[in-house]
Amino acid sequence: MSGPPAMVLFDVPGPKARVRHVIVAVVGALAVLALLAAVIRGLANPENNQLTAAKWKPFLTAETWTAYLLPGLGRTLLAAAIAMVLSLVVGVLLGVGRLSGNGIVRAACGVFVEFFRSVPVLMMMLFAFFFGIFILHISGDPVALFGVIAGLTFYNSCVIAELIRSGVNSLPRGQREAGLAIGLTGLQTLAAILLPQAITAMLPSLISQLVVILKDTALGYIITYSEVLRSGQNFATRTGNLIPTLIVIAAMFILINYGLSRLARYLEARLRATRNVKTPPADPMLNPAMATGAGASAQ
Amino acid sequence: MIDGLRTLFAEYDVLGAFWMTIKLTVLSAIGSLVIGTVVAVLRVSPVSVLRLFGTTYVNIIRNTPLTLIVFFCAFGISNTLGITLARQDSPTFIVDNNFRFAVIALAVYHAAFTAEALRSGINTVGQGQAEAARAIGLSFMPTLSNVVLPQAFRGAIAPLGNTMIALTKNTTVVATIGVAEASLMMKNMLEFNISLLFPIFVIMAGGFVLLTLPLGVAFTWLSRRLTVQR
Repeated sequence: MSGPPAMVLFDVPGPKARVRHVIVAVVGALAVLALLAAVIRGLANPENNQLTAAKWKPFLTAETWTAYLLPGLGRTLLAAAIAMVLSLVVGVLLGVGRLSGNGIVRAACGVFVEFFRSVPVLMMMLFAFFFGIFILHISGDPVALFGVIAGLTFYNSCVIAELIRSGVNSLPRGQREAGLAIGLTGLQTLAAILLPQAITAMLPSLISQLVVILKDTALGYIITYSEVLRSGQNFATRTGNLIPTLIVIAAMFILINYGLSRLARYLEARLRATRNVKTPPADPMLNPAMATGAGASAQ
Repeated sequence: MIDGLRTLFAEYDVLGAFWMTIKLTVLSAIGSLVIGTVVAVLRVSPVSVLRLFGTTYVNIIRNTPLTLIVFFCAFGISNTLGITLARQDSPTFIVDNNFRFAVIALAVYHAAFTAEALRSGINTVGQGQAEAARAIGLSFMPTLSNVVLPQAFRGAIAPLGNTMIALTKNTTVVATIGVAEASLMMKNMLEFNISLLFPIFVIMAGGFVLLTLPLGVAFTWLSRRLTVQR
C-alpha cells in the first residue's frame, strides 16, 4: 500500500525519469530473478534435488492430507480458536479491571497485565505444560493442548486488555459523563456505553491480534503438541521431503493469515467510512479517535 | 527449596543463558534494522516493481510463524540442503551453525515489522519536508536519505521499540533448534526439577521482565525526547 503521503517523496516522473524508472525496475527484477535462480539451483542440487516430482507427488495423494496435514491443521486451528475465545473473554475482563474504580482491583490487574505481557509466550507454554503433567496429572496430546492454550491465553489476554483500555481511554469524556448523568453505575456505563464503542474502534487491532495467536500456535511444536508443523515433520520423515512440506505449510499459514489481515483492513476502511458518513465533523462527541494501533505490538 | 535453588544455580548457568538471549537480541536487531530499512525504502520507492517486492516480502514474512522460519533455516537450509555457516571441522560446528541461522531467521522475520514501523515513521514526517527537498532539486534517494529518513527514524522510535521488545521475547523461539538460550534452559531445568516449578518460572520470567521493562522505559523516553517538534 503506497498511500498519498509517500507519493510526495518524488516528483511526477517526466520522460527521462520514466526511462530511469524502467531501467531500475528491470535491474531490480533481474536481481530478484537472480536470487530466485540461486534458490532454485540450491533446491535442485544434484545430490539432493528438492524439485523432483517424487518429492512433490505425495501432495497429490489423499492420504497425505487426510492422515497428516489436515489433522495437523485442524489441531492448529482448534488450539487457536479456543485460545482466541478465552483471550477475548479474559482480555475484556482484565481490561475492565484496569479501568475499575476500585484501586486494589486496578493495581492487581495492572501488575498481572504488565508482568505477563513482558514474559515470552513460550515460557508460559512450558510452565503450563509441566504444570499440567506434574500437578494436574494429565498427559499426551491433552496436556500439550492445555499448555498451548494456557500460554497463548495468558499472553494475548494481556495484550487485548491493553487494547480495550486504550480504546476506552480514546473515547471522549462526555460519553462516560452522559452515562453517569442518566443514572447508570460506573460498571453499567462501561458495559452499555464505553465498551461497545471501544471494541468497535479497536476491531482491526483485535483481528491483528488473532493473527498473532494463530501464528503462535506453531510454538506448540516445542511442547510436543501435534500441530501442523509437527505432523508435517512426521510426514516428511516418512517421505523424505522436508522442504516441500515446509513450503506447503507456510503457504497454508500465509493464506489464512493474509485473509484475516485483509478482513481487518476491510473492517478498518468500513469503520472509517461509516463514521465519516454518520458523524458531522462539528460534533466531536460522536467522533472518537480512530485506533492508531497504539499499544498493539503486533507480534 | 532454598537448597534446591542453590544446587540448581550451581548446575545451570542462568546468566550464560540470558547472555545468549542478549547476544541473539542485539545481533538480530541490527540485522532486522538493516533489512527493514531496505524493505521500507523499496515500499515507498517511485518504481512500482520495487514497491511490489517490498510489499510481497512483508506480506509473506509477516504471515508466517517465526517457528516455521527458524525450523526452515536449521532443518531445511542447513540439514537438508547442506548449506552451513560455520566450518564443518570446527569442534563447535553445530553450536555456531545453529546460532548463526537463528540470528538470520530472527533478523529476516523482524525485518518485516521493522519495515512497517519505519514506514509509519515516514508517514509522520510532514509533507512540507519532502516538498521542500524536491523544490531545491533533490531527487528520490537524496530526499529520502538526507531529509525524510532521519526524521522518520525519530518518529518511528515508539513502534521500533515495540518491535525490539517483541524481538527480545521472540528469541526464545530458537529453542526449537537447540540454541542454548533462556527458554531452552528453563525446559531442561523443569524436566529434572519439577518440585521447583514455580520458583524456576518466576526466576526465568523475571529475567525477561528485567530485560524488557527497561527497554520499554528507554524507548518511551527516547521517543519523547527525539520527536520532531512541529
